[in-house]
Amino acid sequence: MHEMSVAESLLTIISDEAAKHNARPVGARISCGTLNPINDEVLCFAFDAITKGTSCEGVKLQVEHKPIQARCRNCNEKFNIEFSSPECPKCAGEDFVLMADAPLIIEEIELQTD
Amino acid sequence: MKKIDVGKKILIENEKYAFENILFLTGRKKLCLNMISSPGSGKTTILVRTISDLKGKIKVGVIEGDIQTDIDAERIRATEAPAIQINTEGACHLSALQISKALKQLPVEDLDLILIENVGNLVCPSAFELGEAGKIVVLSVAEGDDKPVKYPAIFAKSKALLINKIDLMAGGHVDFNIEKVKVDARKLNKDIEIFPISAKTGEGMDHWYEWLQKSIETNSMSQ
Repeated sequence: MHEMSVAESLLTIISDEAAKHNARPVGARISCGTLNPINDEVLCFAFDAITKGTSCEGVKLQVEHKPIQARCRNCNEKFNIEFSSPECPKCAGEDFVLMADAPLIIEEIELQTD
Repeated sequence: MKKIDVGKKILIENEKYAFENILFLTGRKKLCLNMISSPGSGKTTILVRTISDLKGKIKVGVIEGDIQTDIDAERIRATEAPAIQINTEGACHLSALQISKALKQLPVEDLDLILIENVGNLVCPSAFELGEAGKIVVLSVAEGDDKPVKYPAIFAKSKALLINKIDLMAGGHVDFNIEKVKVDARKLNKDIEIFPISAKTGEGMDHWYEWLQKSIETNSMSQ
């Protein structure tokens, strides 16, 4: 349930940013990698629960999951790796280097401006 | 409606403390490792045996993480090694701030190695950097040999894998294919060191100790 810690950090970041712009937040887009995945449903449930009565109440979260890439040591192909069948799609090699995973980021906040 | 770009790491607060811990540890040339596993894989037993067998050779300090109780810290203290217990009171992982506070309570200057025993959980702790030099994942044979495939993140991120309780395999008490685990873990992480051990009988522990001592030496010479 580390989604709860993520929800708490989101509440802090979104309310700070909204206060800076003197506007009400209505949505936020976040992205995460493959090795630090977020369960969207659990995150939204946790976020809704802790934002009741705060400036972030009602903010809709949108989560983008980014694949992780690997580079084949045999044929140098770069590909999105599937952990259920980790092999190079080009040469079926199983010797590869994992590239850096996308970090857990808050990309964008949507504010109501009227 | 207006959209503003933020581009900020969500767990930035944790990462700030993790970075402070890195500075604290590297400034003192102390090796710190973060042990992660499911509950009941034998982390504490591994620690107790390691500390006892290496007594006089390396000085170990331990940070124990559990939801509640100080049972584990007491088991460590029985070996005369210093241990700080953190109770997360429900949280599924240790955070860098908790480690920062615990490091200040340990006699770090007198130690060669600081081992963190994270909350028993194969998922969440892998997402929270604590400032450690490396993660150690522990898998006991009773848990099944499908874990690297089911929980890839922790195997992809760890420096070493301890396969514990191999004594249970003799007599066919558990079906566990060590070779399969090695192949699956190395697919995710070519460089992972793998040590099949029994913290109960001591089998295989020598290789783990050699790796630990080598890592302490390398760490003290770096920077």
